[in-house]
Amino acid sequence: MTAPTIRKVERPRPSGPREYQFPRFERRRLENGVELVVAPVTKLPLVTVALLVDAGAICDVAGREGTAQLVAKLLLEGTMTSDGAELTERFERLGASVDAHADWDAAAITLTALSEHLPAAFDLLGEVIRTPAFRAREVDRLKAERLAELLQLRAEPRGLADELFSRFLYTPSSRYARPEGGDERSTETIDRDHLVSFYETRYVPGSTTVVVAGDISVDHAEELTRHALGTWAGGTARRVMADDLPARPDRGIHIIAKPDAPQSELRIGHVGIPRNHPDFFPVNVMNAVLGGLFNSRINLNLREAHGYTYGAFSTFEWRRQAGPFVVSTAVRSDITDAAAREVLMEIDRIRAEAISPDELSLATSYLDGVFPIRFETTAAIAAALSVLVLHGLPDDYYDRYRARVRGITTDQILEAAQRHLHPDSLQMVVVGDPSAVRAPLEAMSFGSATLYDTLGQPSA
Amino acid sequence: MHIPIVTFRLPNGLFVTLSEDHTAPIVAVNLWYHVGSANERPGRTGFAHLFEHMLFQGSADVEANEHFELVQRAGGTLNGSTWLERTNYFETLPSNQLELALWLEANRMGKLLPAMTQQKLDTQRDVVMNERRWSMDNQPYGTWMEKLPALCFPETHPFHHSLIGSMEDLAAASLDDIAQFFATYYTPDNAVLTIAGDFDPSEARQMIEKHFGSIPRGRGKPPLPDMTLPPVFGQWKREVVADDIMLPRLFLAFRSPVFGGDDYYAASVCGAALGLRNGSRLRRRLVRERQIAADVSAFTYDLAKGADLLVVDVTARPGVPVEQLEQEVAYEIDQVVRDGLDVPEVDRAIAVIQTMFVSSMQEAGERADRLSLFATYFDNPERLNEEVDRYAAVTTERVNAFVRARLGENNRASLVYVPRDDAPGELMGAGAAAASQ
Repeated sequence: MTAPTIRKVERPRPSGPREYQFPRFERRRLENGVELVVAPVTKLPLVTVALLVDAGAICDVAGREGTAQLVAKLLLEGTMTSDGAELTERFERLGASVDAHADWDAAAITLTALSEHLPAAFDLLGEVIRTPAFRAREVDRLKAERLAELLQLRAEPRGLADELFSRFLYTPSSRYARPEGGDERSTETIDRDHLVSFYETRYVPGSTTVVVAGDISVDHAEELTRHALGTWAGGTARRVMADDLPARPDRGIHIIAKPDAPQSELRIGHVGIPRNHPDFFPVNVMNAVLGGLFNSRINLNLREAHGYTYGAFSTFEWRRQAGPFVVSTAVRSDITDAAAREVLMEIDRIRAEAISPDELSLATSYLDGVFPIRFETTAAIAAALSVLVLHGLPDDYYDRYRARVRGITTDQILEAAQRHLHPDSLQMVVVGDPSAVRAPLEAMSFGSATLYDTLGQPSA
Repeated sequence: MHIPIVTFRLPNGLFVTLSEDHTAPIVAVNLWYHVGSANERPGRTGFAHLFEHMLFQGSADVEANEHFELVQRAGGTLNGSTWLERTNYFETLPSNQLELALWLEANRMGKLLPAMTQQKLDTQRDVVMNERRWSMDNQPYGTWMEKLPALCFPETHPFHHSLIGSMEDLAAASLDDIAQFFATYYTPDNAVLTIAGDFDPSEARQMIEKHFGSIPRGRGKPPLPDMTLPPVFGQWKREVVADDIMLPRLFLAFRSPVFGGDDYYAASVCGAALGLRNGSRLRRRLVRERQIAADVSAFTYDLAKGADLLVVDVTARPGVPVEQLEQEVAYEIDQVVRDGLDVPEVDRAIAVIQTMFVSSMQEAGERADRLSLFATYFDNPERLNEEVDRYAAVTTERVNAFVRARLGENNRASLVYVPRDDAPGELMGAGAAAASQ
């Protein structure tokens, strides 16, 4: 059945675009090594402050994965002068929202507060990063909460698929092969001494950057930073590099059994490229066409043409070393193999021939046009500045971003796809009903299939 | 913080709110239709939401998937969502693309039906069935979204039935249903349009008149049945659900005053005092001190008709049996009813809410959506500028009056999730640890 003929009427044309600049920012440095990046933005009386510390999950010692995450979270669970409940109370009486966590590359303690409460909240941040107490009771509680989270994950198909995909992707000795927040065994192993020693080594002024965005001047931000962190003494921590080698050279299917699952959570991908790779821009645009946008090839195929899924998308996860490239979707159990086949076809197709100029311009004009919309909030601006800091990008990176996106050609996209998509080393992870998916997936001649339980242990 | 607001109404009944902000070249277009799952007929549950999907399938001058394509090509973001009382559609774009968004919204409001085909309906039905599997059926605890309203509202009440709908009803939806639903509810007099951000008000008004002005007024929609409910359930309702989960979880709901009235703000502050952020009463007691909960939160549905719900959501720590979870939560609530919340707890809750509110107003899309909300429910978007004062005016006495009236045993509904195999909690915790050795 064909759609009715559309009478092409004139679409409204855009008026002339208005100038937009990414917020201006300034860098300062304290004598103790603390770096400061400040973007004054005067829209609403709000300020976001992010303390970035080179203390991400890649710094975890083998066997004690999860240390970085626990240390970051424990900063908000009590200082030398306030226990956890009092500390929380002091932040929240100011209305401040505060969060601490460690991702792969860094730990971040992020605070957003109304301007009038910023001086008090900023001092609290200083207290939190300089004098955490790591009380045994809170250490035990946060370990138990991590174990509860891991237990929950066993029954949560989406999270389980993501976690086990990483495990099957990277060589077992890679930090990336283990969960960011640690697994059951490593969490049990960590004790208070490990946490204190990690904190003392990694949380030092020379490895800390303070990012400030919002209704504040650079001078005032520096004054508050000095007040909170000026007398903090210490050096610089050694930079740690993650091992990002793949687990295996050939393709493999990994089925995690969830009997009677009404849907299969499907992940297909391989090890990608680091954030600082020279092909970042063409790869980013290529991915937008492949599976990054709603109107990408993969989503239009799986969702709109076939009705297989509520959504399907692809992503390159950007880290200091090579994060995963992964196509993610959830599909009806009985068409899991058909959906996987369409994903593989789309990966092959974008490597086989140049995309059309129309597809290219959809992706580039989207990334170009949406740029100002990405930075409406102080939190989003602080996050963007944090990316600069983390990856050592130049200060004019955001000023040049849109022109670089617009300059990408269809030839560069083809080259990026051929160079950075690897059909022969794809790993496929399926959390689903083995009685429905196993035989059809094995019949795809994609690669050998292994069946696992929800802990990732091979089973019959 | 004062948000500038101008309103007017077109002769066809479309209510328009304009709110200028020139700090960035961004504009948000937001359209609320005053129709949601509450308006569905028996046997057609899930229809309002399925219909929302169909609105992205093109209209007389827009091809299937072209709506997304045109907005994204313009550098915009977009989506839609369906709720019990309303359906909304929204775009945020570079400000020079304002007219494109208005044209697209007007085209589908005025000329949707010529583009509807059986094939599009079949595909979107499959997509929605997959959405149901993804968000509910294959998601631990996912069915709470339809089980909680079903438990809390009487069977004949418009809020009782499932928003995403049953698979049977979705399968039965026809193109005739689409046409009828469109003619009844997708009319300018049943919609509000909001523009927030960087635009010229007189130009915007001209564009609105040009694109929406000729769309005819509707013939009126069938009235909703009387939705009034007594202030309390009159009993302690309870339902137990066995699910593929590891840890028990309790949704404890209280019937509460409708969204937007004075009593609503007391209920909202009460919810924040109980379960918003780590300093809230239940997080402190159950997660930090007693350590029987892995997580606690509290929220209101924000329903503007009949009655609202305040919900406390508590997940057990491994090893804590469901009976203990229920008892300890009840003990805490009983204590709040007996002794009330104290002034610092209420002050903390209000301070956190105020910062969240100001933060959310940074985004043009969020401003537009809240303006549409107050325009739809109260014909008065200016209410947005009263939010800060209304929250600031909530006193501990008023919160405690709400607590005494609404948190008692005669106004509770417990939706309890237990692991399907009903294994004792201790064994589950130990089993996971052993298996990882």
